[in-house]
Amino acid sequence: MSASRRQILPGFGLSLACTLAYLSLLILLPLSGLAFRASHLSPAEFWAIATGERALASYRVTFGASLLAATVNAFFGLIVAWILVRYSFPGKRAIDALVDLPFALPTAVAGITLATLYADNGWIGRYLEPLGVKVAFTPFGIVVALTFIGLPFVVRTLQPVIEDIEPEVEEAAASLGASRWQTLIRVLFPAIFPALLTGFTLAFSRSVGEYGSVIFIAGNMPLISEITPLLIISKLEQYDVVGATALAMVMLVISFVMLLAVNALQWWAANRHSECSPSMGARR
Amino acid sequence: MFRVIRQLFLTLVLTLSASLVLAEGSSLLNVSYDVARDFYKDYNPMFQKHWKALSGESIELKQSHAGSSKQVRAVADGLEADVVTMNQASDVDFLAEKGLVARDYAKKFPNNASPYTSTMVFIVRKGNPKGLKDWGDLVKPGVQVILPHPKNTGNGRYTYLAAWGYALTQAGANDRAAQDFVGRLLKNAPLFAAGGRDATTTFMQRKIGDVLISFESEAELIAREFGKGEFEVVYPSLSILTEFPVAIIDKVVDKKGTRKAAQAYLDFLWSPVGQENAAQNYLRPRNQEILKKYAAQFPPIKTFSVDEVFGGWAKAYPTHFRDGGTFDQIYQQK
Repeated sequence: MSASRRQILPGFGLSLACTLAYLSLLILLPLSGLAFRASHLSPAEFWAIATGERALASYRVTFGASLLAATVNAFFGLIVAWILVRYSFPGKRAIDALVDLPFALPTAVAGITLATLYADNGWIGRYLEPLGVKVAFTPFGIVVALTFIGLPFVVRTLQPVIEDIEPEVEEAAASLGASRWQTLIRVLFPAIFPALLTGFTLAFSRSVGEYGSVIFIAGNMPLISEITPLLIISKLEQYDVVGATALAMVMLVISFVMLLAVNALQWWAANRHSECSPSMGARR
Repeated sequence: MFRVIRQLFLTLVLTLSASLVLAEGSSLLNVSYDVARDFYKDYNPMFQKHWKALSGESIELKQSHAGSSKQVRAVADGLEADVVTMNQASDVDFLAEKGLVARDYAKKFPNNASPYTSTMVFIVRKGNPKGLKDWGDLVKPGVQVILPHPKNTGNGRYTYLAAWGYALTQAGANDRAAQDFVGRLLKNAPLFAAGGRDATTTFMQRKIGDVLISFESEAELIAREFGKGEFEVVYPSLSILTEFPVAIIDKVVDKKGTRKAAQAYLDFLWSPVGQENAAQNYLRPRNQEILKKYAAQFPPIKTFSVDEVFGGWAKAYPTHFRDGGTFDQIYQQK
């Protein structure tokens, strides 16, 4: 994984060229197009668009809801992944398949379904409404939609890692006198944590860019439940492509910084972890 | 290796040119707005018959439907549409700006190039429990109004302008008062739906709100979907005339050599057959005789056009819906 000076394995040059070409074509080219379009704006204009009142409110909604949804998913996704790997029970295969559903479902369908479920007369909404909890057409609804689409990212990232932790590890911990709680916190969790962070990051990034499911449940009220992708669409409706790219650039930069921070955290966790328990650091 | 690449390249070129040849001549692509689907599903076979009788050739008609400005952007970016049939002049104006459509497209066909019209009406719950009769009732506290996003969707923009135009007719009204009126109306909206159909679902299925503002033509579709007993249609004292401009994409028809067919396709919209089809889809035909024939489904209503009150879309759009326009101002005041 680490880049060493002398390559022992053959085929490095070709595969690296392939990787670079592929990434450039797929990611760098569209992104540079974006940056190029945004560069049509003067810094002052860019700043005015990027820090407009509604733009700022929409960043709060988008990134706040995405963080919350990814956190919820990190917690419950961990439990789901653990159950699916460690226990066998009837219907396990079906549940396993169910996890992928948010991947496959068109997001608009998810949004409309969730809005209908959580509306005041919906199957779930009718029980929440007397409690004074409103989900559909509030920022809370956005979190629900983002939680729905983010779940498989956490579960699917965690599953192989949990599978790799052999039961012997837990047995060894127990025979060395660790309590169940200690085993969980000191032995299992450090092994899972980097993957959990990856899952969290994937779910988060997916949520930040999500449009299709959110607009149907958000209510889309300016300053309250407007997500940044909606503002971008709004600019495109005005045929203001340059303004739209300005907002897109802001999202991109914020996302990139956050992903970088998470990666740094992951790197730190992996290093610390491999120092503490070298035997389990061999996670490839 | 090179031979393989060359062969691949050749095959690619051959398939591409083959598909171009196939596409040429006897086919038209009509790029249209979302809810025109039903209208053109009925209209296209009628035109095919007409064209066969007229020229002896058969013609293939392809339809594309989506949100109108999305469609227009696709055409501007190179989607080879022979004709566009839209629900708002501002969308066709954009194509005219890009040089794809003649600047005076509105004069190329009768009636402002709009073969049929509609208007914005109120859809209320059975028995009209809140007694909503006119625009003034919608701004009262405690009334919940459902409408699509006033800035991002075509019907939302028509709704916005309808309320604005109504407010201007009130005694001593000016733009300031109108903006205040529209602001109070928007305050009564618990949400802005993503589009026209989403607003309908929210009102009819999720039972949110006391009144849905929508096209007259949508009311009938709602009746088909949800049954007539669930709601009532209320005609306000005054509403906006919504026009649906059509245009030929000059660049494309000249390149494909389909100008004659495209012209005939749009002309036929004004024929008695085309007008009758509009009426059957609950769009008000321009042909007065046919309008009279269907008078039962089109009660008389006083309307104003965007041109009359707002000086056309080219002026109304930037004033109200661009960033910093009156819609944005309503939300910045708070």
